Amino acid sequence: MEKLLEPFQYPFMVQAMIVGVAVGAVCAVLSCYLVLKGWSLMGDAISHAVLPGIVIAYAFGIPLSVGAFTSGLFCAVATGYIKANSRVKEDTVMGVVFTGLFAFGLVLFTKIKSDLHLDHILFGNILGLARGDLRDTLIVGGLTLAIILVLRRDLLLFCFDPGHARTIGLRTDLLYYLLLSLLALTIVVSLKAVGIILVIAMLVTPGCIANLLTDRFNRMLWIATASAVFSTLFGVYVSFFFDAASGACIVLTQTALFLAALLFAPKQGLLLRRSGTPAVLELPALPDGNRMGAQPAAKKSSCPNG
Amino acid sequence: MNPPASDLDVSVNNVTVSYPNGHVALHDASFRLQAGSICALVGINGSGKSTLFKAIMGIVKPAKGEVRIAGRPVRDALKLNLVAYVPQSEEVDWTFPVSVWDVVLMGRYGYMNFLRIPRAEDRRIATESLERVGMVDFRERQIGELSGGQKKRVFLARALAQRSRVILLDEPFTGVDVKTEGAIIDLLRALRNEGHIMLVSTHNLGSVPEFCDHVVLVNRTVLASGTTAQVFTEANLTRAFGGVLRHFRFGESTVQKHDGRAVTVLTDEERPLVFGKDGHLEYTHREGREDVVEQRAETEDDK
Repeated sequence: MEKLLEPFQYPFMVQAMIVGVAVGAVCAVLSCYLVLKGWSLMGDAISHAVLPGIVIAYAFGIPLSVGAFTSGLFCAVATGYIKANSRVKEDTVMGVVFTGLFAFGLVLFTKIKSDLHLDHILFGNILGLARGDLRDTLIVGGLTLAIILVLRRDLLLFCFDPGHARTIGLRTDLLYYLLLSLLALTIVVSLKAVGIILVIAMLVTPGCIANLLTDRFNRMLWIATASAVFSTLFGVYVSFFFDAASGACIVLTQTALFLAALLFAPKQGLLLRRSGTPAVLELPALPDGNRMGAQPAAKKSSCPNG
Repeated sequence: MNPPASDLDVSVNNVTVSYPNGHVALHDASFRLQAGSICALVGINGSGKSTLFKAIMGIVKPAKGEVRIAGRPVRDALKLNLVAYVPQSEEVDWTFPVSVWDVVLMGRYGYMNFLRIPRAEDRRIATESLERVGMVDFRERQIGELSGGQKKRVFLARALAQRSRVILLDEPFTGVDVKTEGAIIDLLRALRNEGHIMLVSTHNLGSVPEFCDHVVLVNRTVLASGTTAQVFTEANLTRAFGGVLRHFRFGESTVQKHDGRAVTVLTDEERPLVFGKDGHLEYTHREGREDVVEQRAETEDDK
């Protein structure tokens, strides 16, 4: 028993869990929008693209998060501009832009002498957070979460039906940039905890799990957040005993939850789908429309032969 | 809040729209719609129908010319909830985790505060709108769990809940059963009598004379606009569709004993299936089917 409670005796473990839960919750809420909007790759792109920003910010002595945010957003805006002004499709443009920026960041990193650790940027260092990190994460994370929650219905409408959003006078162009900025901000907040590679999982998996388990958006938000919080606590806790990378343990836990949801979800689950209701519910509506058109035609077309 | 019925109009004045890649989707397009009309927007794919919709919804800005709704610029008209849009079924993500009720309430967002929390009034109007399209019993369904016709009715209910005087409908009859098509047409007629303007983008040429009193023909510009009788002529349609239309000319077909005056069936996309007077299946061209024609001529002579 004492051994099981051991992790909680270390302040760095407790701090890791608090920061992890905060980051996990923000990512989870945002992931619901990304999954529904089809922006999973956008999270991937922005997170890779922050690398050159971090290195340049270090070289000029400005806060790393400012550099990261700027270069992440630059990637998204550049993608949008190239897509609008060329015949290349968006996912292709994104693939070229973010890998280019990431490679640029790697070259800068090897050329500029710094005390940054590349593996901390890539995979996070949740167990080695500095004192100020906890405060920064809670403030910026809390702010991001507050903006998303206040505008959650507008953002949902923007993802669901931008045409209608426009007709009620919403500025969809502003919502587009707002969602991009929130994404970049979330990635910056998550950097120290899980790093720019693993944050992609945090921004996709919880929303994906929740989308499998429910077909109501509010429930989706709660399920995504709960799965992310559980994964973070469990992942950090387990990593203590296995002496394994904490970020990777968090992501692995999420992946396990995703697989469970994929197999056992009540309506969408691969194993239980046969008993699902939607297919059956639609049946009564079909004969109405079909019979009207199909029957007379069937009768008449047999005439020429007979 | 809304202007009186008599002031309502939609006027598109010399609108040219070009996209950033240089493609000019619409050139110098003009037409005007007045209160209490159902207008069909007819043209082939890529003729600028959806661009015209986007210009009226303020999604694209004309490079030249302007759209005015009830005498106001588009942006002001949108703020007054004057315009509603019923999307094409293919445009909607039906797996989206929203219920019928959620979608109809979205029609009220323009009237709510920035948190979009519905008031009693919003709920009342949303319920009323669902009743009007006969979908009240389905309010808790996820939108993907509906038939094609039911799906369409939900979005019509949203437009009703929005209380907009101008309603844009994009291909409202695609994937809809015959019964619902009739119900939608009845609803549109009722709205016309209440003084609304409906602009219906459609492929369904045959249904246009049935329920539209006005037609706007487009092919990268407005080719013709006016009452259905004036605009919906064979010459105009051939101009709008070029060689794309499928013809079924009775004079050339296997249909028997025509009197020399031409009867022609025009359709877009689908070939018509035609049955003759005795229920024979008819073919577009007589060539190669002379035996069929002869055989039928004989049986007819026997009678």
